[in-house]
Amino acid sequence: MSLWEYANPKKFLATSERVLPFFWVSAGLCLVVGLVWGFFFTPDDFRQGSTVKIIYLHVPSAMMAINAWVMMLLASLIWLIRRHHVSALAARAAAPVGVVMTLIALVTGAIWGQPMWGTWWAWDPRLTSFLILFLFYLGYVALWEAIENPDTAADLTSVLCLVGSVFAVLSRYAVNFWNQGLHQGATLSLDKEENISDVFYFPLLVCIAGFVLLFIALVLYRTGTEIRARRIKALRLRERAAA
Amino acid sequence: MMPDLGKYAETVLSAYAASIVLLVAIVVLTLLRGRRVRAEMERIEEKAGRDG
Repeated sequence: MSLWEYANPKKFLATSERVLPFFWVSAGLCLVVGLVWGFFFTPDDFRQGSTVKIIYLHVPSAMMAINAWVMMLLASLIWLIRRHHVSALAARAAAPVGVVMTLIALVTGAIWGQPMWGTWWAWDPRLTSFLILFLFYLGYVALWEAIENPDTAADLTSVLCLVGSVFAVLSRYAVNFWNQGLHQGATLSLDKEENISDVFYFPLLVCIAGFVLLFIALVLYRTGTEIRARRIKALRLRERAAA
Repeated sequence: MMPDLGKYAETVLSAYAASIVLLVAIVVLTLLRGRRVRAEMERIEEKAGRDG
């Protein structure tokens, strides 16, 4: 069996319908367990007080904001190289989810920043690159809507996605590139022996799993919707041609 | 049941409220559009089948 079989819309729809209940249920469970655990059953931080509870929303959404763009980049490359329509539609389906993830990261960051830094916003490398990533997301969604021909739209949005990837990478590594600004370094890193205290770490991992699973569920469902919308267009054209 | 959030209660609660509203909105909008498009496709396919 080859991965490219799923480039067939019928095969993609049949498979996604089979696996979607698992992703919806496990995403809901992880989010409820992680957020309830983090909100109700973790202590305050000795410096940040109860604001540390925002970590369970801010970190997973920021991670998914970047990862959603990476997924769109891979799907766009597949479209540009192999011309599989499902991959272009998957990239299109992921963009609004990425918009929401980036918005959550920006909003929770501003709310968290106000009491900790004394300001809602600063032109700090990470914050600024995240804002630019958000604008790229909006531009990407707008470009899909603006172009009538779906193949041209897929081509142009794929190129935009390649350019925007620079900012997705910058958002992740901005703190390392420019050793300045208010934002702290990465909360979670594979290089460190201990990232944050286990009491915060484990509920955070459950929340991250919840955000990842929710993203997969949303993208699978939305890709199915895009495939059906494309089929409606084709059927209408056929109807019009026959009339 | 509600944990004591101290002087940051408003901060924490507003972050949770904003995030949950955005998450629920994307899920609800996704499901609504999905249902609408699926129903539309079934209607058109049925009509195309009837008309031969």
